[in-house]
Amino acid sequence: MERRVVVTGLGVVSALGNSEEDFWNSLKEGRSGIQPVACFPEGTLRFPNAAEARTFNSEDHFDAKEAGFLDRFAQYGAVAARQAVAGSGLDFKTGTLGEQTAIVTGSCIGGKATEDEGYFQLYSRNNTRFNPLTIPRAMANGAASRISLEFGITGPTYTVATACSSSNHALGQAYWMVRSGLVETAIAGGSEAVFSLGLLKAWEAMRVVSPDTCKPFSKNRKGLVLGDGAAMLVLEPLDAAKARGAHIYGEVIGFGMSSDAHHITQPSSEGAARAMRSALKDSGLAPEAVGYINAHGTGTTANDCTETAAIRSVFGSHADKLLVSSTKSMHGHTLGAAGAIEAAATLLALQHRVIPPTANYEEPDPDCDLDVVPNVARTAQVEVAMSNSFAFGGLNAVVLFRRAS
Amino acid sequence: MSDELTQRVIKVMAATQHQPVEKFSLESTFEELNIDSLDGINILFALENEFDINIPDEGAKQIRTVHEMVDGVRKLVEAKAAGPAPATV
Repeated sequence: MERRVVVTGLGVVSALGNSEEDFWNSLKEGRSGIQPVACFPEGTLRFPNAAEARTFNSEDHFDAKEAGFLDRFAQYGAVAARQAVAGSGLDFKTGTLGEQTAIVTGSCIGGKATEDEGYFQLYSRNNTRFNPLTIPRAMANGAASRISLEFGITGPTYTVATACSSSNHALGQAYWMVRSGLVETAIAGGSEAVFSLGLLKAWEAMRVVSPDTCKPFSKNRKGLVLGDGAAMLVLEPLDAAKARGAHIYGEVIGFGMSSDAHHITQPSSEGAARAMRSALKDSGLAPEAVGYINAHGTGTTANDCTETAAIRSVFGSHADKLLVSSTKSMHGHTLGAAGAIEAAATLLALQHRVIPPTANYEEPDPDCDLDVVPNVARTAQVEVAMSNSFAFGGLNAVVLFRRAS
Repeated sequence: MSDELTQRVIKVMAATQHQPVEKFSLESTFEELNIDSLDGINILFALENEFDINIPDEGAKQIRTVHEMVDGVRKLVEAKAAGPAPATV
């Protein structure tokens, strides 16, 4: 028998702060964490702004030896997991819970900054001896493995890399594992650290990064703004959470995925719509049950009108009753962490009955004609919310949540 | 007009698209040449390297024909040759 699955722990590291409270306060106030790039001199990059997790200090969380084993993306993931586990009240070292717990994380690029530094030393400085920790720091499962080690979790542990859909794929698989009874508990989410010069120059060449800020669904939008950070959730069966009196952030009720088979970078509304329909089918709910969509909403010309068309195709006339916002306007596009950070935003929106806005919105676009909750948060009695992630490579993953009853 | 700069732009575009230069004329549109957005940024990258120029995103997004691409590159090459405005003392 399939079990109902709830979220009992939530942790966040982001440009909006490194706690649930700071993250939520910024979201509900529509306060953007996008600022001038701090880590490289002005003029290094064609784009001036980013959403860096700039208040994260490694020394606050790891001693120097521990930090040496962990790229920044793994540190973000471990710290987000610590918050989530502490909030859940679970102790994975008690009895056999550690064996019955899964960890599924998403990461698009792994420890790219560690690799970048090594290659710089080799090619530019002719320093032919690599740091021997380069491989364990750079591996994309660095965060998952650290969380496993730290909490003594010995169940299924792995990392999903599907570009910007990575952590929605991770959340969905963890959800299905708990729902089916394969595991009793899961830690799921994603983490990403994008601020290495080599990677930023590669993004610059894609010509999709905004020369100003991120203005999703606004007619004058000019592209995405890169961000970094992490979010981790603790998932467990509803009955178990109730039995131990745990705080329930919300319920995970559906997961859907699809591939566009259309183009390596251009999105397809049909593919996005298929993933949304698949998530609805998995939940057993009609489209009319959904009240809020945390959109993929990157702020690129292509994504926002394609996503709008996909939402219209799935929801029909109900699309005009939906609230649709892109919180990337505040925490930036965190690539492989995006789905997890947006899941946290969606769960907190359901819990507080406040829909975070699309910040930086300036000008209506007839091709993005949904209620995008411009600039100011809105109180709303929403029971069911959808969180979309669509990736380069045409890979789509959609998660559905319900407010805790 | 098919001057040296035009020929160089077309040569770079053809090489980037792995197509013979004969397929390209000043009048060709990107649509006719089957150049999509990702091909477009590859072409910009190749032209920046060929002429040692920086092509800004804003102008580049409007370009839809070989003619517009040649005109855009010519402006940037001429601006580069003129050099920065002399400092006033």
